[in-house]
Amino acid sequence: MAGHQQTSAAGRPAVFELKAAGFTLPIIRLFEADIEAVAAELGTRVEQAPEFFRNTPVVIDLSGFPEGGGEVEFPLLVGLLRGYGMIPFGVRGGTKAQHAAAEAMELAILGDAEGRGARAERATGSGEPARSAPAPKRGGEAPSEAAVSPRRNGAGFTLVTRPVRSGQRVYAAGGDLSVIAAVSSGAELMADGNIHVYGPLRGRALAGMKGNTDARIFCQDLQAELVSVAGHYRVSENIPAELRGIPVQIYLDHRILRIEKL
Amino acid sequence: MARIIVITSGKGGVGKTTTSAALAMGLAQRGHRTVVIDFDVGLRNLDLIMGCERRVVYDFVNVINQEANLNQALIRDKRCDNLYVLPASQTRDKEALTKEGVGRVLEELSEGYDYIVCDSPAGIEHGATMAMYYADDAVVVTNPEVSSVRDSDRMLGILSSKSRRAESNADPIREFLLLTRYDPLRVEKGEMLSVDDVQEILSLTLIGVIPESKSVLTASNAGVPVVLERDSDAGKAYGDMVARYLGEDVPHRFLQVEKKGFLSRIFGG
Repeated sequence: MAGHQQTSAAGRPAVFELKAAGFTLPIIRLFEADIEAVAAELGTRVEQAPEFFRNTPVVIDLSGFPEGGGEVEFPLLVGLLRGYGMIPFGVRGGTKAQHAAAEAMELAILGDAEGRGARAERATGSGEPARSAPAPKRGGEAPSEAAVSPRRNGAGFTLVTRPVRSGQRVYAAGGDLSVIAAVSSGAELMADGNIHVYGPLRGRALAGMKGNTDARIFCQDLQAELVSVAGHYRVSENIPAELRGIPVQIYLDHRILRIEKL
Repeated sequence: MARIIVITSGKGGVGKTTTSAALAMGLAQRGHRTVVIDFDVGLRNLDLIMGCERRVVYDFVNVINQEANLNQALIRDKRCDNLYVLPASQTRDKEALTKEGVGRVLEELSEGYDYIVCDSPAGIEHGATMAMYYADDAVVVTNPEVSSVRDSDRMLGILSSKSRRAESNADPIREFLLLTRYDPLRVEKGEMLSVDDVQEILSLTLIGVIPESKSVLTASNAGVPVVLERDSDAGKAYGDMVARYLGEDVPHRFLQVEKKGFLSRIFGG
């Protein structure tokens, strides 16, 4: 679990302070309406790591739920999750009818994940993004994003054609980031969606900044200082030598960051 | 209109001032009217390297503050009529360099000169950003070692974001890499980064490789720009650099260990 951005009102005379904070949370993506099957599957998962699920807030993701796949029985589902010690508090994706049913159970309706595939267009598009950047932050230096003059196009992705130098940061808000030049050590790439690097990647790359666990990093030549997807990160030291300097993809597989040769 | 060239590096002690002096002298000797400005306010050295330290009356900061005019502050080089030096102030601090003031001086110089060489101080603070702000071209001086390469990389990032050209969306600054203190023997032994290693990290146009040479120190101490030392390797390499800057296609020299012949080994050539 990387980088919770907790905020506090320490040292202030005010009674409270209103701030935004980002959290990395588990998401349960529902593919079936059959609550029995869900219960059985969940049981085995929780058995493997009972401590992990205790008092853990979870989000129910309906973006993978098949159209006409039946009603989601929220009362049963919420009861089931609570039974295992989890705290279901919100729903992401799904239809308006499902949202109404979820609201009846006092579940929050969270903004849909960005950069999602087939069912993205069915999202209601209401509400703010589910969470904000769970990124390890570097202190001190002012961001110099404008430096690389990234080009954004209508489709919501960002293209960088010049080298990203040490100390520069590029953030592709709401989409993918493609860099066709070298990314120097000490540079930082961030994107809400995927990151593609066609030159050597020697700096940091953080995909899925808003918690999109489906985001991936693709690169031609992995020499990165740090790679991260939705807050799950690995530093250079933990990247096996045989995966360095070759084309790889980096993605999350059940909360584990995997680096795979392409 | 003059072309403004900044000599920069990020890291200190890599040879910015030596390079500034050599480039300015080289351009002037080829008939271009050239002025070289020391931006290292408070730690001025250029006047020493150029051998004009005993003729400094007014300085760059005096001109910016309009306490003196340019003609009073500019020092003409005794060896070359086309070359002028604008020394830095040794007593002020860097804050004396204002964006407006520097801009005004450079604009005034632009009318009478072909090239303005700006010798940047080390670091990425105010003095360095002022030296690069108005630049058209940048020569990034780098030693073949990792910390110098990283600092150069950082500098290149700043060049592409905090210059007038970047802010006005004009064509970006032309960036050149100059490797200094290069020792082919140590590269061969694996003790030093090679030209290719550095190029792979920085991916820039290579304008020259200056070999490690005793003549650089000797020339600096004597107040002679090393480009005038035509018998030394470093002098020749700087000469090549000037030619390349002016668009000539000159092959790189001094990249390989010199094969010593039998006779020279005996006679210590």
